[in-house]
Amino acid sequence: MKTIIVKLRLYWPLTKSLQTGLLLSTGLAGYMSARCPVMHWYDFLGMGLSLFLAIAGSTILNMWYDRDIDAVMNRTHHRPLANGRITPGEALRLGLVFSVLGVGMAVAMSPLYGLIVFGGLFFDVVVYTLWLKRRTSWSIVWGGIAGGMPILAGRAFGTGHIDGLGLLLALAVLFWIPTHILTFSMRYHEDYLAAEIPTFPSTYGFQVTRKTIAVSSILAAFSIAIAGFLLGMEWGFLRLLAVLSGGLLILAVASVFRPTERVNFGLFKYSSMYMLGAMLLITLSAL
Amino acid sequence: MCFVASYQIITGVEGLASIPMIAYTVGFGVLLVSGLLLIILGFEVLDSPIVVIVSTIIPLSLSLGLVWEHLAAFRTLYLVFTILGFLAIVFTRSVPIKNKLPVLVLASVHGIAGMIIFLLPVIMAIRGSSQPAFSLVGLGGALIGLGGLLLSFLKAGKPILSRITILKILPGLLLLTTAAFVVGFSAA
Repeated sequence: MKTIIVKLRLYWPLTKSLQTGLLLSTGLAGYMSARCPVMHWYDFLGMGLSLFLAIAGSTILNMWYDRDIDAVMNRTHHRPLANGRITPGEALRLGLVFSVLGVGMAVAMSPLYGLIVFGGLFFDVVVYTLWLKRRTSWSIVWGGIAGGMPILAGRAFGTGHIDGLGLLLALAVLFWIPTHILTFSMRYHEDYLAAEIPTFPSTYGFQVTRKTIAVSSILAAFSIAIAGFLLGMEWGFLRLLAVLSGGLLILAVASVFRPTERVNFGLFKYSSMYMLGAMLLITLSAL
Repeated sequence: MCFVASYQIITGVEGLASIPMIAYTVGFGVLLVSGLLLIILGFEVLDSPIVVIVSTIIPLSLSLGLVWEHLAAFRTLYLVFTILGFLAIVFTRSVPIKNKLPVLVLASVHGIAGMIIFLLPVIMAIRGSSQPAFSLVGLGGALIGLGGLLLSFLKAGKPILSRITILKILPGLLLLTTAAFVVGFSAA
């Protein structure tokens, strides 16, 4: 028993629980946004579990492949794979088991849902991690597409088809990803330079990166607001969404005109809270 | 505090026209976003010069909502005061001015808005033209005014309480303020 607990403690950081949790919340919100006539808890829980496995699996595979990068970055060198507490083979097996289980479960629940979940995993692991991350700073677009898949998958699972609203919600997440990732790559600029990973700050400079963040924040906030309106969210929820969006926009604009490390860090943290808040509002408004 | 402010924004106040609804949403919205930023960045964010400008939005918007709702004859006048007062604070805090004008403008705008938030609900509750619980809005106004005064004197280098004490009581004060506003407005 003790060995299992020790292993779980080692494995847990491989899943990047906060990031996985945030993406999972988008998937659940996508499902709830479909406003199914009858709420099936076993569908809801099954979808949650399959998404968790698929997202965590792709994250573990990402961490397995990037272990050499993690080892040279100050921020990540203590990770279990980077410092040798978990062997690469063990992590690879775990990542594959999670991914196969997650996608397999998703396909069994609904072929369309399974296909989108597989698409997310494919974009994240193959296109983003294996192919583009070490080649171009634009890889984040493909990472963003992968990030938008859980919400699209959740909605497709609820409605039974891919619709414009699902795509709009996925687009909102895609636009949100630069706010999240680029603030992060500015904060750990030196780390990424040491690892020779091309990022927006290293390729285009900080000012262009800040402007990109501001534009993507505006687009993300508008996309979510339009999606919320089209979903028929009550005015109260829309008001709160507008307030939270206002905070995001103000911080994004402040980061362009009064750039400081504090504002940048604030924007990074706030953008996560914003996405979680927006997803909670979409979920609650559907209840 | 953030949850309480979010609750108020979602539920709103029944039967309101659009101006007071927008005003209350802005007021509670600033409280909410400020609370989130305090959580994310810590109390050092209070040292930023922009705090003076942002913190003006709360009393101005809440008092505008109250005036619009309960003092119909003063609506336009107070709307003009709100806009001009805010612009005056933005101007006097953005341009370096050596005399006491910035302090005077700040004290006038905050003073008038604060007195409206404090007195109007209390007077209405005493007169019986609203529920007694509406006076809690006045209590909320007094509490946030107290917080503002403590921070202002601290910034001016003449602290009433030590910085550590102020920062210790501030979260509780903000929570009580928001709760008093929410309960008070629900009684309106």
